[in-house]
Amino acid sequence: MDYFLSEEQEMIVDVARQITDEMIIPQRAELDEKEEFPDAILQTIAQADLFGLYIPEEYGGFGGGCFDMVLALEQFGRGCVGIATAFAANALGAYPMLIAGSDELKQKYLPEIASGKKYAAFALTEANAGSDASGIQTTAELDGDHWVLNGTKQWITNAGEANIYTVIAITDRAKGPRGATMFVVEDTDEGFSYGAKEKKLGIRASSTRELIFKDCRIPKDRMIGRQGTGFITIMRTLDQSRPGIAALGLGLGQGALDEAVTYAKQRVQFDKPIISFQAVQHILADMAIQLEASRALVYATARNVDTHKTGVSKIASMCKVMATDMAMKVTTDAVQVLAGYGYMREYPVEKMMRDAKILQIYEGTNQIQRNVIGQELNKEYGKK
Amino acid sequence: MKIFVCVKQVPDAKDVRLDPKTNTLAREGVQSIMNPYDRHALEEAVRLKEQHGGTVTVISMGPPQAEATLREAISCGADEMALVSDRAFAGADTWATTYTLSMAIKKLGGADLIICGKQAIDGDTAQVGPGLAERMGMPYLTCVRKVVSVAGQVIRLERMMDDGYDLVEAELPMLFTVVKEINEPRIPSLKGKMKAKKQELVMLSAADIGADPDLLGLKGSPTQVVNVFPPEMRGERCLLEGTADEQVAQLATKLEAIL
Ligand SMILES: Cc1cc2nc3c(=O)[nH]c(=O)nc-3n(C[C@H](O)[C@H](O)[C@H](O)COP(=O)(O)OP(=O)(O)OC[C@H]3O[C@@H](n4cnc5c(N)ncnc54)[C@H](O)[C@@H]3O)c2cc1C
Repeated sequence: MDYFLSEEQEMIVDVARQITDEMIIPQRAELDEKEEFPDAILQTIAQADLFGLYIPEEYGGFGGGCFDMVLALEQFGRGCVGIATAFAANALGAYPMLIAGSDELKQKYLPEIASGKKYAAFALTEANAGSDASGIQTTAELDGDHWVLNGTKQWITNAGEANIYTVIAITDRAKGPRGATMFVVEDTDEGFSYGAKEKKLGIRASSTRELIFKDCRIPKDRMIGRQGTGFITIMRTLDQSRPGIAALGLGLGQGALDEAVTYAKQRVQFDKPIISFQAVQHILADMAIQLEASRALVYATARNVDTHKTGVSKIASMCKVMATDMAMKVTTDAVQVLAGYGYMREYPVEKMMRDAKILQIYEGTNQIQRNVIGQELNKEYGKK
Repeated sequence: MKIFVCVKQVPDAKDVRLDPKTNTLAREGVQSIMNPYDRHALEEAVRLKEQHGGTVTVISMGPPQAEATLREAISCGADEMALVSDRAFAGADTWATTYTLSMAIKKLGGADLIICGKQAIDGDTAQVGPGLAERMGMPYLTCVRKVVSVAGQVIRLERMMDDGYDLVEAELPMLFTVVKEINEPRIPSLKGKMKAKKQELVMLSAADIGADPDLLGLKGSPTQVVNVFPPEMRGERCLLEGTADEQVAQLATKLEAIL
């Protein structure tokens, strides 16, 4: 379907597609098997100018927006959601600075992220704070010219690989939702270390670890925005990033459909290619319908996020739910079409199915997305 | 350092067909690509520029469609591009081609370094690099697998040999041709693609480069193609199957039968 991309957007797709076809697809199985961080691929992405796609030109980026990222992430997701997650987590780490950081903070960190010289990560989740961010225990206390952080963040993508971490901590518990603040922590900061690498079902090329802060002292000017604005910054970050997760779902769905159709044309049973059986055709048709419908919603949402700076939480959640539920369904169906072969590691669809699951969990579970949508509906209809 | 890279647009080897009548390569409807060896030549030139400064100009003698290949080279880091194109060049062999390219490079101010692919995958002659160097009056080296250093006017190169490599020192200006082992060509960058879109193409005709018409194209080509034909298949071919051990056993039986 023609989505009327600009010439520039076509180029973004072309560059990302070439990286996906020539580097990501040939290496994905091995990186998954070895649970290896895709450093060389990330560096290729950086060299191709895609690391700074969403970062303004004044900070060394390309000056694009949410939709540009969606286009790139869709391609990478088609290749490998693990590698694409390692890439996308950089943006998640950078957005808080981009959205709420001081100019000095942006000048200091964004050019390094835009060039891929340094990797970034985003740290919200803790053992007792998953869907419920108010459960955060990590604290930051002011001590002269420094903030002192204590606590442990859990399941942080790019932990151990990134150099720049945006971290939320409680600065005044009494203030409740206005009592949390975001900070930038560098990998070399004293009192900062990592937990063991998690063993995961899918996206195994991405690294997931704990961040441990023990009297970690950071200079005062590492605070992102004003004190107490941490949760607001996170909400605005997620508005930008959720269409990106949806885009990973699109890419993954496309990859699964490509594999399923190609296989169905080749596999012969009962003297016929299995695609000639209507039961198989219908599975493929349903995959294609859901994929295209999701793509239309994700693209429309991303364009809205770029043009309407606020009031986009509902649509950001809607597209995240739709495209990631689709990816789970479509990858599962792809395994069904390939059946026994699909279940084997020789073919890529079993990995696709394993990778799909995370998309329904991180950056807010799909239940939480539905909560957001429901609450927004309640508000909207209350006004009338 | 002013670097020239000679690139050729060739039919994609993945979909090569022969014209059944002439036995020459069918070009119609066949996807065109940049000659694979030239990608490596370009990559090396861009790396040298990144390390030592200078400019990289890609030049191609070919039909107007070759513009696409030149633009692709810009997206991979070249600074300028020139297409040497004229009906008068049609039918050129490597003798006429090297004459034409040398005149064009001289017209564009000459080069400190010229890098070519070892050979083009369509003609497979491997003559244009050395021939061009002769025309330019430059020393040359073929099958380079590594640039060891560039210091002032002195360049050190590793030339791939069957049984290892030669370490060779040469003085600029010079020309070398590269093998695939020399580097991993980069994927075009976004900014490169945008530059490629806008970059001005320098078009040079036979008249522009001040070439002697008698030395161009078919007229200037001493090579006479008498006949082109696929080699006749001789003998039987047989593909052994099974595990390595089984294949070895089968092979041994067959060899014994012959001996
Ligand atoms: C591989 C991986 C990478 C991750 N990367 C990062 C990262 O880089 N940075 C980061 O900060 N976090 C990261 N996370 C954490 C991720 O965002 C959380 O796992 C997610 O927000 C859900 O939290 P939880 O797992 O604790 O689930 P819980 O919150 O315990 O939820 C359990 C179940 O209850 C449901 N549920 C909970 N509350 C409600 C409710 N109010 N209404 C309806 N249903 C509800 C959930 O939907 C879910 O089904 C990562 C997680 C994983 C697995």
